[in-house]
Amino acid sequence: MTPVTAEPRLNLSPKTWDEVKATTCYMCACRCGIKVHLKDGKVVYIDGNRDHPVNKGIICGKGAAGIKQHYSPARLSKPLLRVGERGTGEFKEIEWDEALGLATGWLSEVRNRDPKKLAFFTGRDQSQGLTGWWASQFGTPNYAAHGGFCSVNMAAAGLYTYGGSFWEFGEPDWKHTKYFLLFGVAEDHASNPLKAGLGKLKERGAKIVSINPVKTGYSAIADEWIGIAPGTDGLFVGALIHCLLGAQKIDGEYLSRYTNAPWLVIENKGRADDGLILRNASGTALVWDASAGGTKVSGTFGTNPSLLGRFILSDGRKLVTSFTLIAERFASNDYAPETVSKTCGVASETIHRIAAELAHTAFTDTVELDIPWTDYLGRRHEKTLGRPVAMHAMRGISAHSNGFHTCRTIHVLQIMLGTIDVPGGTRYKPPFPKSIPPNVKPAGKMGHVKPNTPLPGPPLGFVTGPEDLLVDEQGKPLRIDKAYSWDAPLAAHGMMHMVINNAAEGDPYTIDVLLMYMANMSWNSAMNVPDTLKALTAKREDGEYVIPKIIYSDAYASEMVHYADLILPDTTYLERWDCISMLDRPISEADGPADAIRQPVVEPDREVRPFQTVLIELGHRLGLPGLTRPDGTARYPGGYANYIVNHERAPGLGPLAGFRGKDGTAAGRGAVNHNQLKAYVENGGYWFQELADNMKYYRHVNWDYLDWATFFGFLPRPEPIIHQIYSETLQKFRLAAQGHGAVLPPPEHRVRVATYFDPIPFWYPPFEGEMVSGSEFPLHAITQRPMAMYHSWGSQNTWLRQIIGRNWLYVHKARAAKLNIEDGDWVDVASHHNTIKVQVKLVEGQNEDTVWTWNAIGKRKGTWGLSTDSPESQKGFLVNHLISDLLPEREGGYRFSNSDPITGQAAWYDLKVRVTKSANQKEQSAPQFKSLKKIGST
Amino acid sequence: MSSLPVSTGKQLGLVIDLDTCVGCQACATSCKEWNAQGEGGPLTDTDPQGADVSGPWFNRIHGYEVKREGRSDSHIVNFPRSCLHCAEPACVTVCPTGASYKRAEDGIVLVNPDTCIGCKLCSWACPYGAREYDYMQGVMKKCTLCVDRIYNTNLEPEDQVPACVKACPTGARHFGDLGDEKSAVSQLVKERGGFDLFPEMGYKPTNKYLPLRARRESHAAGVQPLAKPDGSVMEKLFAWADQLLRSSTTTALVNPQDNSGKLEG
Repeated sequence: MTPVTAEPRLNLSPKTWDEVKATTCYMCACRCGIKVHLKDGKVVYIDGNRDHPVNKGIICGKGAAGIKQHYSPARLSKPLLRVGERGTGEFKEIEWDEALGLATGWLSEVRNRDPKKLAFFTGRDQSQGLTGWWASQFGTPNYAAHGGFCSVNMAAAGLYTYGGSFWEFGEPDWKHTKYFLLFGVAEDHASNPLKAGLGKLKERGAKIVSINPVKTGYSAIADEWIGIAPGTDGLFVGALIHCLLGAQKIDGEYLSRYTNAPWLVIENKGRADDGLILRNASGTALVWDASAGGTKVSGTFGTNPSLLGRFILSDGRKLVTSFTLIAERFASNDYAPETVSKTCGVASETIHRIAAELAHTAFTDTVELDIPWTDYLGRRHEKTLGRPVAMHAMRGISAHSNGFHTCRTIHVLQIMLGTIDVPGGTRYKPPFPKSIPPNVKPAGKMGHVKPNTPLPGPPLGFVTGPEDLLVDEQGKPLRIDKAYSWDAPLAAHGMMHMVINNAAEGDPYTIDVLLMYMANMSWNSAMNVPDTLKALTAKREDGEYVIPKIIYSDAYASEMVHYADLILPDTTYLERWDCISMLDRPISEADGPADAIRQPVVEPDREVRPFQTVLIELGHRLGLPGLTRPDGTARYPGGYANYIVNHERAPGLGPLAGFRGKDGTAAGRGAVNHNQLKAYVENGGYWFQELADNMKYYRHVNWDYLDWATFFGFLPRPEPIIHQIYSETLQKFRLAAQGHGAVLPPPEHRVRVATYFDPIPFWYPPFEGEMVSGSEFPLHAITQRPMAMYHSWGSQNTWLRQIIGRNWLYVHKARAAKLNIEDGDWVDVASHHNTIKVQVKLVEGQNEDTVWTWNAIGKRKGTWGLSTDSPESQKGFLVNHLISDLLPEREGGYRFSNSDPITGQAAWYDLKVRVTKSANQKEQSAPQFKSLKKIGST
Repeated sequence: MSSLPVSTGKQLGLVIDLDTCVGCQACATSCKEWNAQGEGGPLTDTDPQGADVSGPWFNRIHGYEVKREGRSDSHIVNFPRSCLHCAEPACVTVCPTGASYKRAEDGIVLVNPDTCIGCKLCSWACPYGAREYDYMQGVMKKCTLCVDRIYNTNLEPEDQVPACVKACPTGARHFGDLGDEKSAVSQLVKERGGFDLFPEMGYKPTNKYLPLRARRESHAAGVQPLAKPDGSVMEKLFAWADQLLRSSTTTALVNPQDNSGKLEG
């Protein structure tokens, strides 16, 4: 052997950057703090910000590939005006002034005539605080972001039940949880905090149970994986409740004190007050005081309300506690483990065992923190008692037509175990908890929409009864997406998935301008892509498009760009000011409120502008009052950065809660601070205020917290937030369907509303599975988000597409054997709506009756800067083509949307299919759409 | 042939927890972006938007569905693969120019791009497939254990770890001196039964993998089965609620008038 090789001299301390700037990631919805390293004005490296409350230094596979998103060849570089037919890719580049002039002309004509003819819908928008307010200033009720096809079931079920939500509004108490149930979660919202939390649980030896038809990702590291049949989680959870009721393993004190379990429900079948809560003259709910043998006001000190029982009031009315009704439902044999086992695909012994483990952890293995706190009645608690069972759920629950009730069932389980916002349970993140529901109603009722006039309120909000619906005298929808109509009364996030097809059908009416932002509605964000393309290109008899004007803003040459008339090219997330505001979707931690900014870490090298700044400029050009001073000058000259600092929603309350007040020392409420953005930059791009220990738990009923939250503007009054396990709001809709009240549903809606607006959560089979033949379409088909990709953005990314550049259909080996399908075969996948051809991989780690794939990887040829022979377009595919936006006809011929009947949430995962070996084994997925002409910077 | 140092001062390496890795690829892209711009860069990708995109990666994550002894169901293992910085690295001894070497100070195995002739013998010699040929530059590349980070005084002390370790969201990656029995990583290996890949081949890898923990799919000690619900669920619940009413206690009062007053009608 030769002597030891001389080691070359290495530079062990290279400084490959000359500047580091802290900002916020946008590679998914997680919004982690990042540090962007720059060399000669170029981005060279991005890592996690250690001080940031969301990610504390970690970064994910997407975040670390942000550099390739920023320098993507798919980026747009200048405003475009369509010069050929839609879908032909014939555009000409125009100057910004011309683009803004055109947009202003189109929009002002609509606003002068009928503002609702503008539909403004945003996709992965993180500035909904601005965009929703802008729509309201414009005067159109037709506004929403993409929540209606994403997570509204989670948000609405939580906000109507306990004033918080899974989604982004709460998190498990990672530090104290001993037992964690994870329902239907793949890479999703809060992806980094979830991963970090799972790592902590593993380290501490907490048990993780994942309920998911597919055993990848988080499910792969769980202690126990329950490969449930899609859409049956509500039944499974109902069976757990059944077992806990059977063994009386329930937190009676929590239920009595902090929930409406003891509230008295009027039992008066067929009458207008049936199912309503008995209240005193001032509207406060009443409970039964057994010692006094009569009713008492709820929530008073010294009352010991009955949790169970039926009583008769002096006027003869029959009363029952709400918990009696809930217990009766879940005690019934319908929810016995032995009854549900087959439908769920879960052994009854497993259900019994998990119920026992939940009971043991909640009631025997308790946590007690040495933190005294005071509840809303002034009762001082020397210790903070915790029941260390935490749960989290997301799209696997959300994307079904029974998702709202399923999510509510999970909340009822959490509440019966006394685990909401207690040590070891599922915690709120400020500004949550909010009033149930949050005290804002949607604007857009009859008479609200007038030419050149703002709406009297925001387009999105929370209805509390039929009188709040946005319907006309005949009960017909007032919004283009039919949100807040009898189709979907609690559509708190709107129904973006219905807009294009409704507008094309003129049902409920046609629109003149469609303005969209970051929403790939001609491809992976649309159900029923082929018909959506037809809707986008349909023409009237006079040759004009049925949707005459489409304005679209995006940073990339997505499929949607090709179907728009005017393209306003957006910057990337590294080129603009932004705020991650508590007026939008907060990034707070359970320990305290947080918000953040984005700062331009590099200047755009092309003629692109931040959409938010463009929107503010358009608002001024249109003379919208909130954006224009009385003298006609711009209220926020310079755009979004100016707005972020100077806009006030109420005195002292603005988009950012930190560094307020003239000297920047106020938090939450305070005067405008002109140096606020500078203060955020100096603080690493975020603001976080840790709450005092006595305000970290039981916040729905925590006296000190409720006071503090009122000052911060999170709550209107320091009143307790009593969990509504019995939903009187739902009962009000049901009563209307039974013919009571002033606002009644049209006859064709009555059975449906009466059925699904049950004040007590229940399980029903997902609609599509009920309406198609089980023998013809025996398999469930679902999608998951790959950890290294976010929606359609990922697969243009040179690095990420090396990790996953195409998708397969995953089929269980045992099922494949029965179907004579082998690994690598091309198969036809048919739904009641359409057929696709895809390639399979055989695995075992999944529910046997389920097939699945990664979502949004399939691309249309010619888009996203990819070559036309890219695997994304040649072998990749979408299951969207199989999903109908409308359900098959029901009685009376009406086709309801393929959505949850309560919230309008798109039911992506209800899909049922048949899989057969394809006669055509050619290595290409089908359908293949016509190649689009390449648009982009290269 | 290139030779090895007689001994190394430290044996720096990684401990990777297969029980905690969810396969998120954070380590892979964090590695790629650090090394694309650092001393090992650029790591140029060929056909970046085309049909055959590829490029060098020092860390790749594979997902396997495996069967474990005594179990009928499968297990999905996410397996991050990178250079193991072996004590007896065949990739070094096979190198004809001395370009591949093992650092005497800390045991990190590196390639000197100035003397690498791109013959690829080392990648044939490595049984772990840890070496990546850079077709654009014509040299062999590999994990450097972020030698340009771990001693880099331009970074905050806590950031002086490999990029993959800093990134890892689940905390599945650990960095330290595996030659020091007392180091946190050595202790972790001891506690969790960390193991070598292909120990029988004799290359003595420095990096260790932590095995899957036992899954707890049955009753933990102390968990009593619940009485199975029978036809009298409601009856028993009523008895329970009655008992609850009788046993309720009142905790100390701080200031009841203040708040309850607001609630009364």
